[in-house]
Amino acid sequence: MTGRNLITGAQNTWCPGCGNFTIQHALKNILAGMEKEGKSLDNVVLVAGIGCHAKIADYLNINSFYSLHGRTIPAATGIKLANPDLTVICCCGDGDCYAEGLDHLIFAAKRNIDITVIVHDNRVYGLTTGQYTPTSPLGFKGKSTPLGTPEYPINPLELMLASGATYIARGYTRKMQQLESLIAGGIAHRGFSIIDVLQICATFFPVTDYYSPRVYDLENHDRSDFSAACTRMREWDYSGDAKIALGAFYERRFPTFDERMAKTPLPPGEREDRILDLLRTRT
Amino acid sequence: MREVTVLVGGKAGDGINSAGAMVAQLLNHLGYSVYVSFDYPSLIRGGHNFAVIRGSDGAESPGACRENVDFILALDQATVEKHKGSLNPASAIIFTAGPVKSAGMGVPVSEILAEEHAPEIMGNSALIGGFAKAGGIEWEVVEQVFRTHIPKGTDLNLKVAKRAYDLLTPALKISPLSRPARPLLTGNEAVGLGLVRGGLDAYVSYPMTPSSSLLHFMAEQKDRFGITVVHPENEIAVMLMALGFAAAGKRTAVGTSGGGFCLMTEGLSLAGMAEIPVVILMSQRTGPSTGLPTYTGQADLRFVLHAGQGEFPRLIVAPGNTTEAVCWSARAMELAWRYQVPAFILVDKTLSEGTYSTDISEPANPPPAEIIPADKNQPYRRYADTPSGISPPETYGSAGSVIKVNSYAHDESGITTEEAPLVKQMAEKRMRKGQALASGLANYSLVSVSGTADASTALLCWGSTHGVCTEVAAIHGLRVVRPIVLSPFPAGPVKEALAGVTRLIAVEENSSAQLAGIAQGYGIEVQDTILRYDGRPFTPEDLSRQVREVLS
Repeated sequence: MTGRNLITGAQNTWCPGCGNFTIQHALKNILAGMEKEGKSLDNVVLVAGIGCHAKIADYLNINSFYSLHGRTIPAATGIKLANPDLTVICCCGDGDCYAEGLDHLIFAAKRNIDITVIVHDNRVYGLTTGQYTPTSPLGFKGKSTPLGTPEYPINPLELMLASGATYIARGYTRKMQQLESLIAGGIAHRGFSIIDVLQICATFFPVTDYYSPRVYDLENHDRSDFSAACTRMREWDYSGDAKIALGAFYERRFPTFDERMAKTPLPPGEREDRILDLLRTRT
Repeated sequence: MREVTVLVGGKAGDGINSAGAMVAQLLNHLGYSVYVSFDYPSLIRGGHNFAVIRGSDGAESPGACRENVDFILALDQATVEKHKGSLNPASAIIFTAGPVKSAGMGVPVSEILAEEHAPEIMGNSALIGGFAKAGGIEWEVVEQVFRTHIPKGTDLNLKVAKRAYDLLTPALKISPLSRPARPLLTGNEAVGLGLVRGGLDAYVSYPMTPSSSLLHFMAEQKDRFGITVVHPENEIAVMLMALGFAAAGKRTAVGTSGGGFCLMTEGLSLAGMAEIPVVILMSQRTGPSTGLPTYTGQADLRFVLHAGQGEFPRLIVAPGNTTEAVCWSARAMELAWRYQVPAFILVDKTLSEGTYSTDISEPANPPPAEIIPADKNQPYRRYADTPSGISPPETYGSAGSVIKVNSYAHDESGITTEEAPLVKQMAEKRMRKGQALASGLANYSLVSVSGTADASTALLCWGSTHGVCTEVAAIHGLRVVRPIVLSPFPAGPVKEALAGVTRLIAVEENSSAQLAGIAQGYGIEVQDTILRYDGRPFTPEDLSRQVREVLS
């Protein structure tokens, strides 16, 4: 199907100023570009978790799998293994894939399954109205931690590097053009790609004034250098006062899970004979 | 004799399972209907393992082992000590002379191996050769079984076996029956073959006893059958991955036991809401919680029936032996895809890991689903409302369709909604699929009746107790009524099968008579219950004793 309207008729209920609009817009541009290049959007599947981010499944007029909280990645893995010709994009939240579904994220990186994970990392639970997440800064005052969270945030980039991800980037919703190219880079990359997107939550964590003066673009950085990537990822710990690098930190080509799992289908009608062959060995 | 029980015992790691399999094949090649149960603790080395192999002259596998044994093959002293109490007066003990001290027939295994320059691993062949002679089995049968089932080092194994065969003397004559050998399959293998027949593309599972042997079987046979096998990080991923496969057009099954199924329930509910078919092998072991990992139970029927938040139709089939497991696993796959519902194959350790003579002559597959194709002139709606509730299925990659799968309440196109009338309409659409499924099932025989068909006292049972109930019913002149499909519950066919019954005794391997409770909800009165919940399956002796007590 070509020339489709990329936005559905569903009523958009994100708050004014929400960073999700930027991510959706970036994805819409990427999809339009894919279509322009002659790639059918019938072969694109968007998998979303549960949370504000996930409404994108209702809003973008492409194949979607509106999954459960924390469960984008296993569904996406099944879809990709079932049909490696599909382009599979996961939109997930920070609570979604750094808390509830962290195990799946680590395993997807370990397997190097060829999917693209976009983390709408607003560092707060929005849809459940304001609790801390795995990337909230130390001392974050949320509804479940009114005196401030006593936990340090995890650094998802470092975690992904250690887990075997082969494309690791960080974007920011106030820098849409760069974000678009980082996501496009992730989709083009063959292997597991993750883009951690610092996303403004206009209602519960509106920290533009914190991010904007601190962010800078990675330059003169060799993204194939593991140690350099690690060093740059550790500059900012998602809590303190350091500068925040944006860009692709790490990329390498490595055999993907879907490539390793490729199988040869049987000629039609062959199965019954194969069953009878097996039964002979059991008689 | 035309009814024989052999016990093979030793330490974990002694190859009890493969020795048991050889004894089973000897009985198979003599024309017996075979059942093998394997009793082992949850450990890797040491401990006491034993296989009980039973051959009967009945038409189907007995599906249960007797308490008394005719032959003991002892690879260690513990086997003699633990099981000598279950010997019949005429029983024979065949043992490894030297390490094992016992009355009976010692086989000088280490001497034979040394003289034949055979490796230690062939020691069991000596005991099997000795057993064959003690049971009066013709050497030709032994040779045929070794040639078929020991493809490596066949000649040397046969030499070792023949040495013991020539040393021993016949004790009890196992009479050959004039029937051909049949395939011997475990319940899990039978489920696997049924799924393959039903069109399986992918099997996804995390290991958990007693379901693991299906994962192993599928992984070993994946190239033979052209399927994908995945072992993900946990059962949550298993279920979600399976739903991903299904949404992208692949017929997929998962397998687990109760604890793993706990983790699958959120995904199960998603399957219900998003109308994604999946087949679930749920092999019960003794619970609650970790329970007894390597022992049996039937305590998860209510769990499987009600698992998952919200309401959605589901198919539950509970085959009673491997023949039914092949047939109903294929049907479960076909029905899950036709009605776009989750389908359970509910079994237990007894069936999953037990080995049975299996009749596969009738494929008995349902005809392929009559799929109403989507109207390509209209925008595709994944959840189009239809009279049957079944929406025309399309899967990702299908040209010209936007396929929106959704875990939220949704409209016909798959977009989230909270509108009350639409929520109600779509709930009714999903429940209508349950009615369609129930109507579709009417084409099959959903209830098994065995024993004395016109008896006024009946045993009500389900799953793997089929064999033991049928055997005990024959002793006491009872009828056995066993629903094979448990959801949608076939109340009508069960009532028909119970016509003329004035006393109904539920026999279950749980402590709360779960099937009896469900049946009572449909107005089927159960007068008595016989329940076992110590992890062990009913034996014919035990059940017969309890039936006698109930009837007295």
